[in-house]
Amino acid sequence: MAEFALPQNSKIGIGKTWPMPPGANIRSFKIYRWNQDDGQNPRMDTYHIDMDDCGPMVLDALIKIKNEQDPTLTFRRSCREGICGSCAMNIDGTNTLACLKACEDVKGDVKIYPLPHMPVVKDLVPDLTRFYAQHRSVEPWLKTTTPTPQTEWKQSKEERELLDGLYECILCACCSTSCPSYWWNGDRYLGPAVLLQAYRWLIDSRDEATGERLDNLEDPFRLYRCHTIMNCAKACPKGLSPAKAIAEIKKMMVERRV
Amino acid sequence: MNEMSNASNMKTPLKRVRGFGASKTGTEHFWQQRATAVANLPLMAVLVWFLIAHFGATRAEVIASLQNPIIALLLIMALASACWHMRLGLQVVIEDYLHSHLAKFAALALNIAIATSFFAIAAYSILKMSFAP
Repeated sequence: MAEFALPQNSKIGIGKTWPMPPGANIRSFKIYRWNQDDGQNPRMDTYHIDMDDCGPMVLDALIKIKNEQDPTLTFRRSCREGICGSCAMNIDGTNTLACLKACEDVKGDVKIYPLPHMPVVKDLVPDLTRFYAQHRSVEPWLKTTTPTPQTEWKQSKEERELLDGLYECILCACCSTSCPSYWWNGDRYLGPAVLLQAYRWLIDSRDEATGERLDNLEDPFRLYRCHTIMNCAKACPKGLSPAKAIAEIKKMMVERRV
Repeated sequence: MNEMSNASNMKTPLKRVRGFGASKTGTEHFWQQRATAVANLPLMAVLVWFLIAHFGATRAEVIASLQNPIIALLLIMALASACWHMRLGLQVVIEDYLHSHLAKFAALALNIAIATSFFAIAAYSILKMSFAP
């Protein structure tokens, strides 16, 4: 059966409350902590930050906690401006990028968990091995049979515009890990991010492997586990719609047989 | 069921993701689900109209209506479309939530058996009244 409750060793306990710093504008951050080396269940630690002495985004707060209070707090981050996708996590109940989520947009305590339903490496760091392998499986590169031209592969302005809303995907995995279908069947369903990437190559006017790409997706689990739940479009921090890309793939599937 | 968490499994992530490959099916199921959904709209309207029109009617009155071949055929088609749509929809639910092979295959077989039995019983009942002397 699909798992609707956390396994016994994943149940989350109450963790440490860290000392209150001085300041007038204090906010609480409740953060998921888990370290496989200590043999303990996960816990929620509470940190306090003076927001008058902190940047506006959740990532600023996490970096401040790591620098000034608890250097063991573990999370991924790199560009801090929404282009690398490293700091994807579940903040205030929604998967998003910590660097693009303003603390002031969260009411009450800021609750932060790793991306849902993925194996956790440590604290807020999920194991995305399978996600990356799924991306690799759709062969996300230009495939052609025609001999490579002396200059570039040509594409009209209109053909290029078809890639808008697709090429911006940064593979942060916010959408895939917000999808219940991906939670229950992530071992066989490719998930919204990977299917959006697959569509990006299906719709590319220069790519000559469209039929093979569709063959590779035509499967009750790989593609058709999408039930148009729309969590993906709601979660995407870049404002893209993987659900629409998946619907377009389904339309291509029908179109090539009727 | 999650192959990724199986420590004794030393397959590469790509090998696990590729599995047995794409089955090259699913579009027929997707298409039929939409087609029966659209067909259900007028056909269910006929069924509901028939039930409302015969609310409180006697058995003889119902039989008299069903002896009109168009009404009998429309009702049989409504039940065929509805039963097939139900079979397709429940199949998706089973595939979503049942992951052990035995339970899944048993449920999928039972699903087909129940849907076709529903239709067989309903069609037989309508035909019996339609051809009643």
